[in-house]
Amino acid sequence: MHYPDHFDVIVVGGGHAGTEAAAAAARMGARTLLLTQSIETIGQMSCNPAIGGIGKSHLVAEIDALDGLMARATDRAGIHFKVLNASKGPAVRATRAQADRALYRNAIRDFLEHQENLHIFQQSVVDFVVEDGVIKGVETQMGLTFSCATVVLTTGTFLGGKVHIGTQNHPGGRAGDAPSIALAERLRALPFRVGRLKTGTPPRIDGRTVDFSRLEIQAGDEPRPVMSALGSADQHPQQVVCHITRTNPATHEIIHANLERSAMYSGAIEGVGPRYCPSIEDKVVRFADKTNHQIFIEPEGLNTTELYPNGISTSLPFDAQLKFVRSIEGFENAHISRPGYAIEYDFFDPRDLQHSLETRAVEGLFFAGQINGTTGYEEAGAQGLLAGINAARKVQGQPAWEPRRDEAYIGVLVDDLINLGTNEPYRMFTSRAEFRLRLRQDNADQRLTDLGVELGVVGAERARHFREKMTALEKLHGRIEGTQVAPGSELAGLLGVDLTKHTNLAAVLRRPEVTARQLRAAFADAPAALVDQALIETKYAGYISRQDEEIAKIRRHEGMLLPDNLDYAVIDGLSNELKQKLSHNKPATLAKASRIPGMTPAALSLLLVHARKEAAL
Amino acid sequence: MSRGGVQQDLIAAVATPPGQGGIGVVRLSGPGARSVGEAICGCELHPRRATYAAFRDGDDILDEGIALYFAEPASFTGEDVVELQCHGSPVVMQQLLDAACTRGARLAGPGEFSERAFLNGKLDLAQAEAVADLIAATSVAAARAAVRSLRGEFSEVVHGLAEALAQLRMLVEACIDFPEEDVEFLEEADVDGQITALLGALDDLRGRSEQGQLVNEGIHVALIGPPNAGKSSLLNALAGEEAAIVTDVPGTTRDLLKVDLVLSGMPLRLIDTAGLRDSDDTVERIGIERARAQADVADLVIVVLDASLVAAAAIDAAVAALAPPQGSRRLVVMNKLDLLADRESLDVGAGVFWISARSGDGVEVLKRAIVDAAGLSGAEIGFTARARHLASLARAHDSLVKADQQLGAGEATEIVAEELRDAHNALGEIVGTETPDDLLGRIFSEFCIGK
Repeated sequence: MHYPDHFDVIVVGGGHAGTEAAAAAARMGARTLLLTQSIETIGQMSCNPAIGGIGKSHLVAEIDALDGLMARATDRAGIHFKVLNASKGPAVRATRAQADRALYRNAIRDFLEHQENLHIFQQSVVDFVVEDGVIKGVETQMGLTFSCATVVLTTGTFLGGKVHIGTQNHPGGRAGDAPSIALAERLRALPFRVGRLKTGTPPRIDGRTVDFSRLEIQAGDEPRPVMSALGSADQHPQQVVCHITRTNPATHEIIHANLERSAMYSGAIEGVGPRYCPSIEDKVVRFADKTNHQIFIEPEGLNTTELYPNGISTSLPFDAQLKFVRSIEGFENAHISRPGYAIEYDFFDPRDLQHSLETRAVEGLFFAGQINGTTGYEEAGAQGLLAGINAARKVQGQPAWEPRRDEAYIGVLVDDLINLGTNEPYRMFTSRAEFRLRLRQDNADQRLTDLGVELGVVGAERARHFREKMTALEKLHGRIEGTQVAPGSELAGLLGVDLTKHTNLAAVLRRPEVTARQLRAAFADAPAALVDQALIETKYAGYISRQDEEIAKIRRHEGMLLPDNLDYAVIDGLSNELKQKLSHNKPATLAKASRIPGMTPAALSLLLVHARKEAAL
Repeated sequence: MSRGGVQQDLIAAVATPPGQGGIGVVRLSGPGARSVGEAICGCELHPRRATYAAFRDGDDILDEGIALYFAEPASFTGEDVVELQCHGSPVVMQQLLDAACTRGARLAGPGEFSERAFLNGKLDLAQAEAVADLIAATSVAAARAAVRSLRGEFSEVVHGLAEALAQLRMLVEACIDFPEEDVEFLEEADVDGQITALLGALDDLRGRSEQGQLVNEGIHVALIGPPNAGKSSLLNALAGEEAAIVTDVPGTTRDLLKVDLVLSGMPLRLIDTAGLRDSDDTVERIGIERARAQADVADLVIVVLDASLVAAAAIDAAVAALAPPQGSRRLVVMNKLDLLADRESLDVGAGVFWISARSGDGVEVLKRAIVDAAGLSGAEIGFTARARHLASLARAHDSLVKADQQLGAGEATEIVAEELRDAHNALGEIVGTETPDDLLGRIFSEFCIGK
């Protein structure tokens, strides 16, 4: 049957990428359909039950600045909040929340079900309708076809998914869910480069069988941070504590003894795992001199006793899992409620995408999330948001929004992926962002919300909230600029500075010894968050203007286009390694080429000369 | 050469420094180098083998010497290369070049050999610049320094610094991106100590590189003094030729006279200035102003006084009266020693050089003093480095100093990281950059990271 209604945007997949994509497209007024295997698992957190963290909460703040779902859902579902890197500077400061899985799913589903222009339909997609290289629609497992202008594919680890536990394996998209095999085969037939990645999960443990009295407690932070600019701590459900335990030499011995039965070590897995999230087998083998490894015990939710022991992901057979788990302090009598497993899945080389996340091969087809080789809810959500925006813009006949590296972590993420590709599940870190000092959580709205209003993806409430904040912030800056601090005055005392002459307050704030705490005391009438931000902006002004020069240089290089058909193999003077990387990545501009590993100014000038020569011919 | 997609032609040039030398080398590079070489030698040439031959242009024998043939890509330029080693006569070398050019070669432009070597991937940028320096070197010292850099010594040192900086950044970035791992990255780092060590190494490299630059561009030496103290005579004595007009009429040198010369392997630019005195003559006044301007920017100022007019005890006062520029290195020369009746009573040990430009008395001692004062003494000549390198090193230095200052301040880890990034980028401009992912790779391979 052919479904009678035509859609502007069809989103395939109801995970973190899919839900952000569908919601964003619908917010922009596009007639949107979300197709998912199961409505019950919309917004499911398949891995650990936490949102945010270093680099990741930056992405969440950016999604929030564009009126996305993730931060707002976290404020409804978070049961333990922490600020990370509190003392290392405002740009690397991050927020992380443990979330109740059920509450999180409910929040996301609630947002979607109340979103105008958005419809949800439960069916597996098995095929696409492509005519002359342009997407026209999708076909579901029962032979139903939908016609549409654009498709955002967000199938996560479900494409060709294979679950490994020890020496056994079976097809699966996630423990308990079927993979999308038909779709994977269909996609493999299209001109996309396909790779294989793997990731792992730990065995889940029944909290009733854990001896918490022997474990270190990790409490949430007070005052409690919030995720969304529109959120407040009042929205948070009941808060709980986390715990920490450690492996020990006995644990390591058990793992060693069973190593050849581990899926990852027996050669059964061809996919590449993440360097930053090694399995416990990997940790024990590669860092043999370490006598213990930390395990964070995260609660799965308020209404379940299940726990997520973060740090012992494994693909050992179940008997070995049980044995090594019970060798760990506090877990002596632990009952495993779900075995740990490794999962292998297909991903598509993101170098075959444009910066809009539209595929180069099929017009109107967008990819977002783990399908592009990333890992993490936040990375997926950010891509989904971008793909949703650009799918809607395509329907509206507007040029794509391509966030820049100096503008957003979303820009860093997409540029890294499309420019360099990845050979492990890509995760965000602040060290990936060269303009880290300006890409802060506290100013995500200042970087993106106005733009979001222009794109039409930001609603009225957030727009108003943002304008109010900016008005107050400008007023505060005005007060700072207009204030002179007299030696020995009350203000000087509050700021804790020893002055010899009248000094402008802004100059005083640039002194390293003046911190947020002192300025808050001096401006007790202004909201603390606003005071903090005014302080950061005053202190960092010098660094920001230095980076402006760097950015200007990059912009010049962005203007120097490298033709798509440039034959790098014949450029003398480039090392073979660079030739290979360039031919593979096909950087669109000199600026993008400059971010390829091993690039030198000499090689860049060769590229420039060559491109100019080509252009002259 | 079809590899470049650009057909390169055959180029030829004298590869040894201009002027008379024991051995001269004429180098050919490009397609046809071998056949042209064989035509000149009148015999077959084999790769990587020295062939003794009589070099000829048609029937005329020009010289006898050694021919070397390097087949592509195993040559300096990556192309077919023939080197003809002949006697060092400029005439012979010119005839050999002519012989090559009549057979299809063309004269190479400046730096064209190294450019080809660079384009064919035979050199990294630092090496290519060192080769350029080698070609441009007008002196033994510069050639020596260029050779050192060519062997990658400069690149090696910068690579070493960049590596140390990468290790330090790895620890600082790990501390930022992985705060919950049970590894105390910063404790391991000893950031303060490492920055201090890096600064020391950078200072050393900059010192030697700056000397390298001096070697390449030559030292500017200004001669100043009252009219008719014998500045022009001294210039001639140092230069060994009649470069300046020498007369007995005060104020003869009305404008600046510049002479490039090599002293003990060190290139110098000697600037003879108009005598410094109050003058009514407009032209002479302009000359005097220029003299002052030259003296102000010179690396070394030689104050020349007339020993027959200035008493030994009045030297300081006489120098002060000329108001030589502050801050630059300075030598005082008492000229016209030959006019003094009583030469026994001279105060020789006072850092003043007593000479006679006319007789040459004391000039050799002065030459050595000039070389020493220019800050270069034989073996300690450092690396060649282009201004670009120096600028990069200076930027790295500045950023490290700032990083060090920020270490003490509270809540500034990310600022320290930013300064270290900038320093690393500056070094990367010389030896190639390391990407954030490379840095992350270091972290993951060195520490057990991850939940």
